[in-house]
Amino acid sequence: MNKKIRIETPFTREAARRLKVGDAVEINGIIYAARDAAHRKMIEMLDEGKELPFDIKDQIIYYVGPCPARPGSIIGSAGPTTSGRMDAYAPSLIELGLTGMIGKGLRSKQVIDAMIGSGAVYFGALGGAGALLSRCIIAEEITAFHELGTEALRKLTVKNFPATVVIDCAGNDLYQIGKEKFRIMKNACR
Amino acid sequence: MVKYWCMGNVCCHYAGVVGLSDAMLTGVLMKEINISQISDAVEQLCMKANYDLSSDILDALKNGACNEESETGRVLLSQLVENANIASLERVAICQDTGMAVVFIDIGQDVHVTGGSLEEAVNEGVRRGYGKGFLRKSVVSSPLKRVNTGDNTPAVIHYNIVEGDSLKITVAPKGFGSENMSGVRMLKPSDGEEGVKAFIEEMVEKAGPNPCPPVIVGVGIGGTMEKAAILAKKALLRPVNVRNSDKDIGKLEEEMLGRVNRLGIGPAGLGGRLTAMAVNIEVYPTHIAGLPVALNMGCHVTRHAEAVL
Repeated sequence: MNKKIRIETPFTREAARRLKVGDAVEINGIIYAARDAAHRKMIEMLDEGKELPFDIKDQIIYYVGPCPARPGSIIGSAGPTTSGRMDAYAPSLIELGLTGMIGKGLRSKQVIDAMIGSGAVYFGALGGAGALLSRCIIAEEITAFHELGTEALRKLTVKNFPATVVIDCAGNDLYQIGKEKFRIMKNACR
Repeated sequence: MVKYWCMGNVCCHYAGVVGLSDAMLTGVLMKEINISQISDAVEQLCMKANYDLSSDILDALKNGACNEESETGRVLLSQLVENANIASLERVAICQDTGMAVVFIDIGQDVHVTGGSLEEAVNEGVRRGYGKGFLRKSVVSSPLKRVNTGDNTPAVIHYNIVEGDSLKITVAPKGFGSENMSGVRMLKPSDGEEGVKAFIEEMVEKAGPNPCPPVIVGVGIGGTMEKAAILAKKALLRPVNVRNSDKDIGKLEEEMLGRVNRLGIGPAGLGGRLTAMAVNIEVYPTHIAGLPVALNMGCHVTRHAEAVL
């Protein structure tokens, strides 16, 4: 694998535009954890003309709903959830300045178009590796929507959190590129 | 107080305050299982299933970490092995999606459950297991209003009445990254085996990276719509290295595994050879007019733990 690129948050558009599809990165600093219900609430707040619970400019959202922490631990298992469920909400947040999303799985054309238009990156983290990834989370605090339990909006501090640039600011998609590279066409000899 | 009665050569007992049991009246020996035993077992199984990846899957991941064609894929698979080791050692969830608790209860027809409701006993076990085990509570009370129940109940329970006097409990926590990539299709008989194969390939292709490959593909063919779906779910309980005992179905499983692993999706969907660890197929007789087929996708953390009381 390529040498890992270190990323610090806040994550500016210029930094986002420097990354290319397939780049292996390590993310450091504060990121925000939000999934389905927190996204719905944030979009409702925007629709009502209210401000978001955090300044989203140059921030990274991690699509995750962690397990509860054992006593003495910072957080429980905390791997990425399927990003596609946030597709309905992501373009609005990208327009407001969101520059990075961490998750797993396919994104819609609308999200990719918004990423190209504004300059944002989609990072893939390893799905189903929540025990391993939780070790990179060194602080956790609920920012809003406490009542949502695991779905609350959280501020996470991460150290060397490993991810891959799956879709870059130009819209290049590693899921497509990777699949095509290894696909064996019907009737083809190999 | 327990009293013993004899009818013919069959001995029965009952708690005196309760009155005559059915077993006494019919002369059949009933094994009594108290609901507290059931709750205790479910509690332990919820934790075990979420901490300890089954050995067949762990072996398949280790094998892939050595043999996957994609270098990135090999690294990712070795990380999944490391993740499973951490989870087992530290007693934390392998995956944060600790699932909706799917519970199969195979209850012997000579078992008498005492002390309360079997369903409530199962839910009590889930409540305690997810609470004490620091597992995520992922269940909402209404699919439309979506308020978290806070204790991961209720479970989805499938009862099956079988011969004998034992009660088998299988807890299979099901994550929804993969569950969402599942489906049922009512094919026509004229679609035949080719139609079934095309459906399986189409579903795996469409799912792509979403269900956390390498996946286990559970397939149910036949029965009715809901029978096919339950067969597909049960297919996920079979180890990845065990083929269907019906030779033809076993061959179909191998053929389909080969086909889906030519799609190129690979570990985490980033490209590679190991898209699926197994295609497990279960079949059942069906109607002259139908060919139902269901596919239940299982991620690389397809979990299940069993106990027999």
